[in-house]
Amino acid sequence: MISFTINGQPARVDVEADKPLLWVLREDLNIVGPKYGCGVASCGACTVHVDGAPVRSCSMAASDVEGKTVVTIEGLALGQLHAVQKAWIEEQVPQCGYCQPGFIMSAVALLKANPKPSDKDIDEVLSNICRCGTYGAIRRAVHRAAALLGGAS
Amino acid sequence: MAIIGGVAGGGFLGVGFWFARERDRLGDRTLFNVKPNEAGLSGWVKITRDNGVVVAVPRAEMGQGVQTALAMLVAEEMDARWNQMRVEDPPEHGVYRNVDILIDGLPFSPEEEGTVVDIAHWMAGKVGGVLGVLATGGSTSVRDAWHPMRVAGAVARDLLLRAASRKASVPVGELVVVDGEVRRKSGGRVATFGELVDHVGDLSSMPAPPLKKPSEFKLIGKPLPRLDIPAKVLGSATFGIDVRRPNLLYAAVLNAPTFGGSAIGFKVKGNLPKGVETVIIVPGGIAAIGTSWWRANKLLQEGIEVQWQPGPEPTLDSAALWRRYEGLMQDGKPALTRTLGEEKKPATVRPIEATYRAPYLAHTTMEPMNCTAQVTRQGDKNAVDVWMPNQSPTLMRLIAGKTADVPQAQVTVRTTFLGGGFGRRAEVDLVRQAVTCAMAMPERPVQALWSREQDIRHDYYRPMALARWRAELDTSGGTPKLVSVAKRQVAQSPTDQFPARVIGLPAQGKPEGNAVENPPYAFPFYKLEAVVPDGSVPVGFWRSVGHSHSAFFDESFVDELAAALKKDPFEFRRELLAKNPRHLKVLETAAKEAGWGTSLPAGSGRGIALRASFGSIVAQVAEVTVTDGKTLQVKRVTCAIDCGPVVNPAIVRAQMESGIIYGLSAALYGEITLANGAVEQSNFTDYDAVRLADAPAMTVHLVDTGSSAVGGVGEPGTPPIAPAVANAVFAATGKRLRSLPLRLG
Repeated sequence: MISFTINGQPARVDVEADKPLLWVLREDLNIVGPKYGCGVASCGACTVHVDGAPVRSCSMAASDVEGKTVVTIEGLALGQLHAVQKAWIEEQVPQCGYCQPGFIMSAVALLKANPKPSDKDIDEVLSNICRCGTYGAIRRAVHRAAALLGGAS
Repeated sequence: MAIIGGVAGGGFLGVGFWFARERDRLGDRTLFNVKPNEAGLSGWVKITRDNGVVVAVPRAEMGQGVQTALAMLVAEEMDARWNQMRVEDPPEHGVYRNVDILIDGLPFSPEEEGTVVDIAHWMAGKVGGVLGVLATGGSTSVRDAWHPMRVAGAVARDLLLRAASRKASVPVGELVVVDGEVRRKSGGRVATFGELVDHVGDLSSMPAPPLKKPSEFKLIGKPLPRLDIPAKVLGSATFGIDVRRPNLLYAAVLNAPTFGGSAIGFKVKGNLPKGVETVIIVPGGIAAIGTSWWRANKLLQEGIEVQWQPGPEPTLDSAALWRRYEGLMQDGKPALTRTLGEEKKPATVRPIEATYRAPYLAHTTMEPMNCTAQVTRQGDKNAVDVWMPNQSPTLMRLIAGKTADVPQAQVTVRTTFLGGGFGRRAEVDLVRQAVTCAMAMPERPVQALWSREQDIRHDYYRPMALARWRAELDTSGGTPKLVSVAKRQVAQSPTDQFPARVIGLPAQGKPEGNAVENPPYAFPFYKLEAVVPDGSVPVGFWRSVGHSHSAFFDESFVDELAAALKKDPFEFRRELLAKNPRHLKVLETAAKEAGWGTSLPAGSGRGIALRASFGSIVAQVAEVTVTDGKTLQVKRVTCAIDCGPVVNPAIVRAQMESGIIYGLSAALYGEITLANGAVEQSNFTDYDAVRLADAPAMTVHLVDTGSSAVGGVGEPGTPPIAPAVANAVFAATGKRLRSLPLRLG
């Protein structure tokens, strides 16, 4: 049994210790916002927050989540829109949309660590893949989110 | 706007409009899943009591914005408010279909294989041409919907006016629709759309009223927000991989390593682990089925021995294949030879020759291949339900029915959001495997999902291609003059393979249409020879299809000609486009906006390329920097497009950027190679894509040349980028890169 907090709720799952967090979320907890894209921590579509830090959940074993706090796109603002999500809508970022939950979770973490990132900072930290090529819109949306968050504080 | 090969990929569905008669296109008003609080206004539009307008979008939303674009066409003619528009999948019906219409048009059932050979010649001309439209004429959704969706909107507005007239006893001539409600021309609301749900009743929808003139458009041409974006930002959009049904099982798949191979038998080491219920042979491989996909996939990696029947070329490797193509370049019989203009033989000529290469490419949609299927017993018959991110529900239904041996009427296909399509999701391999799994687990829904490794190793690849361009310059006078150009290319043909593998039509040996389109340039004499090799490597529709390699060959060589004639590459193209004003204006816009001719630091350079595809014309200027003679960085890309009337300029711009990044990933990194009959690459670690750090700054300029023909936008942004970058590398370094991906040093 592995216990952790998921999107503000306690969770207890009976899974193999090496089952990746991504598949615990998708198969055992029916939380499907984090996506499977590569399984080797390369593309970032599965990005979630574990104790506030961005993690590629396809490559984190369930046993490493014991006692920790996990937040997925579903739990980011719980029924409301996070400033990053607002910026994503205002900049009309998604195309197919599959990689976007991972990008949004990565961007939220980036802005927490660096509230006013430059383009270079964004390029270096957001290493996720988007095959639709929404990168230009992502850069604009991260700057917009930074402004929204700055204005709110 | 969609593609069969684009992000945008509803190309298939659009084709149906061409074949349906005008009055049949509207469809019956009861057709569109009309619920008690709704009223159907045609097969395409219904209104809801809470003031919504629902548009039927029977096309795959894979990022190209097709839901938004089609809803805009209806909203425009209806004078609806944008925030009352919604979209919904219509049921299976002829008015929404495309490929079915094509198949229905054949004088035989696809299952009647005996008759196929007899009519092969007929098909080569007629059906081959039609399937050619499907496969090569992608980016068609808006092109095909432009008229009928507007008619549906106009009919809806007309019905609502008459319904309001009857309800309020006001002559229809005194009424008008403004901002999504019916008002008196003199002002004052008569009825909201929602209040008319019970009053449309038996009103006739024909004849269709006239459509608006472009000068009257209020919504078309505006960058309205996309309808699909909120769900995609909340993480609540349902992709194929997110389908959840009661008692769902998952299937992981291991395909035969070599193309065309299959599994003969297998042996599980030890007992089946918890989470895996069974292992079965499926078409092309084996599947492990259970309550955990992760566990089932792990079993396939580590806990099973499979006896494989190899495919027809189990020792194939890339070097041998290139040698075969080089042989065919010398003496292969062309499947197509074409000449334009008159051949002249001046006294003294200087030949110029260049050979180019493009590799196989995988699609790598972000969402790996998947399909969910369920086979249930209903009375004395089986029924099949399919949930799938796919580019052609009609084909999926056909194959699901054939696989489960049930009539088409017993098969239901629901299309989810597609996590990318790019042409890959027109293929039927997943539906075959998923239905096979579902048959082994009756009554249980089974979600077959491929790992990324399977996705890259078992794709239908953009064909590898070899091209040799030759030109002759007349040097008898003072200044050399171009007298002739000739291209000979060797490439497999997806349009040839696709119908063969999907519905069993015999291959015709014809080249893929996009790969052999005529150049826009006024060459004095042009000759094309296209050799189509046999081969076991499966090839398919990859965003922009044959344009993706041909644009690289053609636009690189035009640049080489300019250099040989000591002309500026932009000015040289201008001269050759003098009689093509649309192309010329697009080219000039890209050059001007990119600052063509202004100076750049040493080690930097600009390259230009032009390609017309799918009804649109695109020119791009790439600006690159090469450091230490080996590190290539694409700094910015300036793009100009003429796609005729623009429905949503924000979507057009997004699709251009999308096409550029997709093409740039291929130009910088994309290469699928073969060894021992199998693909060597397996994941983004060895088949990478452009990420933010590589993504150039991009600007997109929409060019209006007054054309009223609607062009596509899902694919046309892709072809010019590879040659634009290669030409920029030449400008920066003097080094001509003739093979993709582009590698320095």
